[in-house]
Amino acid sequence: MSLPGPETLELKTSEDVVRARQRVRVCMKDQGFGLVDQTKMVTATSELARNAVDYGLGGTMRIESLEEMGRIGIRLVFLDHGPGIPDIDLALTDGYTSGHGLGLGLGGSKRLVNEFEIWSKPDEGTRVTITRWR
Amino acid sequence: MTKSTSRLNDILEKNEKEILDDWMREQLASGTLRKDLITESELRKQSAELLGLIINATRSGNVTEISGTEWKPVLDFLAATSKTRAAQGFSPVETATFIFSMKQPIFTRLKKEAGSNASVLADEIWVATVLTDKLGLFTAETYQKSREEIIRRQQMELLELSTPVIRIWEGILVLPLIGTLDSSRTQIVMETLLQNIVDTNSGIAIIDITGVPAVDTLVAQHLIKTVSAARLMGAQCIISGIRPQIAQTMVHLGVAFGDVVTKASLADALKYAFRQSGITVT
Amino acid sequence: MEKIPILKLGEILLVSIQVDMHDRLAITLQDDLTARIVKDRARGVLIDISSLEMVDSFIGRMLGNIAAMSQALGAQTVVVGMRPAVAITIVELGLSMQNVRTALNVERGIEMLQRAVEESEEDTTHEPSGT
Repeated sequence: MSLPGPETLELKTSEDVVRARQRVRVCMKDQGFGLVDQTKMVTATSELARNAVDYGLGGTMRIESLEEMGRIGIRLVFLDHGPGIPDIDLALTDGYTSGHGLGLGLGGSKRLVNEFEIWSKPDEGTRVTITRWR
Repeated sequence: MTKSTSRLNDILEKNEKEILDDWMREQLASGTLRKDLITESELRKQSAELLGLIINATRSGNVTEISGTEWKPVLDFLAATSKTRAAQGFSPVETATFIFSMKQPIFTRLKKEAGSNASVLADEIWVATVLTDKLGLFTAETYQKSREEIIRRQQMELLELSTPVIRIWEGILVLPLIGTLDSSRTQIVMETLLQNIVDTNSGIAIIDITGVPAVDTLVAQHLIKTVSAARLMGAQCIISGIRPQIAQTMVHLGVAFGDVVTKASLADALKYAFRQSGITVT
Repeated sequence: MEKIPILKLGEILLVSIQVDMHDRLAITLQDDLTARIVKDRARGVLIDISSLEMVDSFIGRMLGNIAAMSQALGAQTVVVGMRPAVAITIVELGLSMQNVRTALNVERGIEMLQRAVEESEEDTTHEPSGT
């Protein structure tokens, strides 16, 4: 199977969040993921894309299809240049919220994917990388 | 280089019948022929067809690049044959021998035709070796892929068999779980049950774990997640058949069933479900 | 401006969410619904989410808010038709949605609301009289 090349989507408005999850849904479907896997990844996309729009002052999402050692996967990188997260461990705790959310965005998304990686620096921005394998 | 110089096609074409006869003898003598799975005449038909296709392909002058379009009929034939052999239950060795037993007969003819010139003979044998090896590997690979496909299908069938969701009454489903529950099986069970709840419009589902020997933390968590997911969909799950031993382990593991309705036996769960649905059985 | 239509069926308000909602649309729906509960003196709200392919924490919170607000305004809310994959994901996400009543489909949801409305009517007729 040929892998589609990586692509990058803008995240500025809440309509962009909808577009991001629709794009991820199509990619997951194309790579043959089941319905539950699709839904989990799309939901994680929604949480992280919203974070980038609401707290990161807008950003981007990069979608990449992977094939490693016979495994098929999708990797998403959410990047913003917002204020950053001062305490990542605290931000990953369920119930913690800096804004109007339920505080499930980061910790919840982590549970929906196979690999989760976060980098953040105050005043520089935040980068969250998630991967789901089939 | 092989294109212009090799006499392989020439030699094969001239000795088609002899090679086929030798090849058949090789296959019959190899001890790998499964007379229970294929008859001699069938094997002869297959061998003759393959040899014919190979001769056709080598006629183009391309005798080793089997990815070329000339070789497509050969590869298609091999793919189909190894697929059927995988399905019929031939072993990998038996399937590969079909191709590799062709080597000896071809070498014999090469020796006869080009034996006088050692360097030409060496070249021709090399070409024939490369070709048969490539065809053999291709066959082994398709065989392997077909086997994997069969195993995958059987696994799915097994999983389906092991999650029989029974509609025991209008609006009531029962899922009797039997055997060891691992994480991946529990996950499939969960999805199957939830989909069945929607499909049959059932407001109550009973998960009976009488036949489950042990429940670890992960499985218990999956069960609780299933109950929570069913509730979000608008259905109630009851877990029945929790044996004293399992109840003990769960307490030790610190797993709390919380507000999940649990019943000691399937009969108790059914009674409860009937009462909830306003059904009286006399 | 795009809006999600709200239908009135007797004392029940019916909402069927057919689009992939962005956040502002979800907030608009929340505002519109609470306004309509008061205006139409609705006793029940039925939200059909069988078309929704995902419910994230934002939409989940909106559903919880609608349930709580309608409760405060004297109406019951039932969310119906959640898909299995969506339910599994919500559980994994950690969203409890404890205060939201659910039913398998619109038919069962309406039945549930009618029962709830009848029960609350019995309560209100008995309480003030004190008998």
